[in-house]
Amino acid sequence: MLLGDKPKLIAAFSTLLACGSVYGEWGYNLPQGVTEVSRSIYDLHMTIFWICVVIGVVVFGVMFWSMLMHRKSLGAKPAAFHENTLIEIIWTAIPFLILVSMAVPATQTLIQVYDTKESDIDIQITGYQWKWHYKYLADDVGFFSNLSTPKAEIANEEPKGDHYLLEVDEPMVVPVNKKIRFLITANDVIHSWWVPDLAVKKDAIPGFINEAWTRIEEPGIYRGQCAELCGKDHGFMPIVVEAKSAEDYQAWLVAKKEAAAKERELRDKVWTSEELYSRGEKVYIKTCAACHQANGEGVPPVFPAIKGSKIAVGEPQKHIEVVVNGVQGTAMQAFGKQLSEVDIAAVITYQRNAWGNNTGDQVVPMDIVKFNEAGQ
Amino acid sequence: MSAVIDDHTHTADDHHHGPAKGFMRWVLTTNHKDIGTMYLWFSFAMFLTGGLMAMVIRSELFQPGLQIVDPEFFNQMTTLHGLIMVFGAVMPAFVGLANWMVPMMIGAPDMAMPRMNNWSFWILPFAFFILISSLFMEGGAPNFGWTFYAPLSTTYAPPSVTFFILSVHMMGISSIMGAINIIATILNLRAPGMTMMKMPLFVWTWLITAFLLIAVMPVLAGVVTMMLMDIHFGTSFFNAGGGGDPVLFQHVFWFFGHPEVYIMILPAFGAVSAIIPTFSRKPLFGYTSMVYATASIAFLSFIVWAHHMFTVGMPLTGELFFMYATMLIAVPTGVKVFNWVTTMYRGALTFETPMLFAIAFVILFTIGGFSGLMLAIAPSDFQYHDTYFVVAHFHYVLVPGAIFGIYAGIYYWLPKWTGHMYDELLGKTHFWLSFIGMNLAFFPMHFVGLAGMPRRIPDYALQFANFNMISSVGAFLFGATQLLFLFIVIKTIMSGKKATPQVWEGAEGLEWSLPSPPPYHTFSTPPDIK
Ligand code: HEM
Ligand SMILES: [Cu+2]
Repeated sequence: MLLGDKPKLIAAFSTLLACGSVYGEWGYNLPQGVTEVSRSIYDLHMTIFWICVVIGVVVFGVMFWSMLMHRKSLGAKPAAFHENTLIEIIWTAIPFLILVSMAVPATQTLIQVYDTKESDIDIQITGYQWKWHYKYLADDVGFFSNLSTPKAEIANEEPKGDHYLLEVDEPMVVPVNKKIRFLITANDVIHSWWVPDLAVKKDAIPGFINEAWTRIEEPGIYRGQCAELCGKDHGFMPIVVEAKSAEDYQAWLVAKKEAAAKERELRDKVWTSEELYSRGEKVYIKTCAACHQANGEGVPPVFPAIKGSKIAVGEPQKHIEVVVNGVQGTAMQAFGKQLSEVDIAAVITYQRNAWGNNTGDQVVPMDIVKFNEAGQ
Repeated sequence: MSAVIDDHTHTADDHHHGPAKGFMRWVLTTNHKDIGTMYLWFSFAMFLTGGLMAMVIRSELFQPGLQIVDPEFFNQMTTLHGLIMVFGAVMPAFVGLANWMVPMMIGAPDMAMPRMNNWSFWILPFAFFILISSLFMEGGAPNFGWTFYAPLSTTYAPPSVTFFILSVHMMGISSIMGAINIIATILNLRAPGMTMMKMPLFVWTWLITAFLLIAVMPVLAGVVTMMLMDIHFGTSFFNAGGGGDPVLFQHVFWFFGHPEVYIMILPAFGAVSAIIPTFSRKPLFGYTSMVYATASIAFLSFIVWAHHMFTVGMPLTGELFFMYATMLIAVPTGVKVFNWVTTMYRGALTFETPMLFAIAFVILFTIGGFSGLMLAIAPSDFQYHDTYFVVAHFHYVLVPGAIFGIYAGIYYWLPKWTGHMYDELLGKTHFWLSFIGMNLAFFPMHFVGLAGMPRRIPDYALQFANFNMISSVGAFLFGATQLLFLFIVIKTIMSGKKATPQVWEGAEGLEWSLPSPPPYHTFSTPPDIK
């Protein structure tokens, strides 16, 4: 549970203390954002904030006045009043009126937030432990989005990049000035999809589909994070949305489709063990290592080890079944729907041969296709 | 019957009748003062334990990157920290104050059910022993936050979750027994002439709190039982795959959870309503409206639970209802704050330690109330929810609200309990260091929250680094300062100037008519109420 490396820690602390604000930024307020809704919310936030400030100044003003002027040490003589019905009614009524004046703009904004009708593009967002899947419903395009910050930066072994923890391998790409509707759900536990600049935060709940929408006005890259505790890597589940012009978006979509077609061709290719192993290693690091750890030892008892596990050195068929269908009632997901046949075959081959699991087995994409066709 | 006969044979040497000696005195005691003392010590031990966990959290968050603990352990720390602070530190401290003060304030000889009182206390150490021991179990302690949302806490939790459920049940039983006892005491054992509307506000707030406890602890028991069934008996209350509903968990949890946050503040309102008049040398302004405001807050607390769930995808009408209802709570809360300020207005103020804590309570709790009002605004809540803004908000109500309220009460009544004055200089030092540390720790959390830092994360983006470092420094200062309090209390028990019965110049109420320290059996004959 404790991470070692005290000297590195001390070094890090002392650089930090020496340069004061090495990290420069002092962001202290909500972003105004890049959509109409985000600006409405920002305005609402500032309005309520200033009302609170004014009330605070009045109340604390009276209080400090009393503390300064009515001290016993200044010879203050206490008054004896302890009731005044009129005053007590007034300070029930005035706050009530202030609240009504807050409720009106809040209601308007809320109605705006809830207006998900007539969208131009629908994207289904699915939360997984610990990554997001984006599916463009009209275009048959779908992909996962994983944290891309290197482990070494997180472990303080390398200097941290500008977008530390807020960067992904594949961002969600959307066109500007289009109404985009998000259909948000989850595969395992509850997550929450949040991008402050868009002012969208909606829980991703297994068994439910929530709706949200946005219309982004400026091209740019907008970053956010999962906002619901979803397990150990909750802090490592960023969201990146790239808003592009209509043409750039189309170009991206075409490229994406072509890449998917290429990927499908790979299925029928003849694979060597080495190819499968090295591809499998990449898939493993990206998809499996979050739970089973890079060294295959897992975090028992919640995340079992792969190294030396019965399934990984036993019958290949059983191994395929676990990976494709998952294990009900545990954190082991059904990867059959998440990964291509190639990736599944590769990662199984890798697991059966890494860390001293020297089965010498090779599972090829066709094995997975057959497994699926057998309808298991 | 035998009790009555016993009493008769003892009347002659009643004044010799003190506490038994030794260890068994504490195990078997049915005396409200002994039990109150045990609750308070237990609560302080839990406060330090939960605080230690907060220090682990803040050390990890001192700078970006993972340095001290891994994410898995970090989640266990936040979860245990939250659970221990809520159920182990704040609630038992209030029960301790109630045990000590309620009988003395209403002129009763003891609590109504002294043996049950002993049980309510002794269940607690076992409950927390079980909870904390889960740290050493395979798979570690609960790691799903003090709100333990399903399905993270059912399908994906470590095996120790079953012990967690057992321990929550035990805490619940203890709270319900304590609450029944307090209600019975207040309703039945008041001295003749002590009408309801003459009761001190501390007694009133505790009466209302006790009703809240009885109403909601069974709901908590229900939700953990449903979890237990899902985990071990194949039901699907919260499992969408089996036809269940993960959002149901949140509705049930927050139907308990929201009143729970008032359970953690109402008795502090009561204590402060005794302290401010004393050191202002002026009667409390608007006693009647204070009672009604407290009752309204308690009532409203039952119809606002879903404001913790604005982002789960409720229908628009649901969001609007819960938004309006939540905003309404600001009205009675405002009445209370205005009344405290008006009590100070044109008084003759002195600033002994209890008063300092009480004033800080009013100011900082109000600030926490402001951020609460902001959170009530549903569309803005989409931006605040589950960020550090929320962590800042609830620590501004819990630390100055609950904890400062408790400290104010302890300093206020400590001379009464021990018969000795505490060291005023040390008390004030404790206050100022706590005040500075607390603000340094929690104010910057508003900033990082608004700027976009989610809560419950062990590592964060670089833009949050500066404020997090300040927060951690403040937290270490606050944490270390609490050891000074331990020293002050021990010093007061061992030595210190003798306290008069009245103790404070402006103090009013039955408890001050007793000697300091009060006799082992309070009010064996009912006092006269003017
Ligand atoms: C020195 C004092 C304290 C410090 C430095 C501190 C710090 C923290 C921090 C950093 C978190 C984690 C936030 C997150 O990651 O989401 C937290 C959570 C929490 N704290 Fe404290 N805290 C302190 C005292 C208290 C007290 C006195 C209470 C209650 C009376 C309390 C109740 C909670 C609760 C309920 C949570 C939420 C736990 C969860 O996320 O499940 N804390 N605290
Ligand atoms: Cu998540």
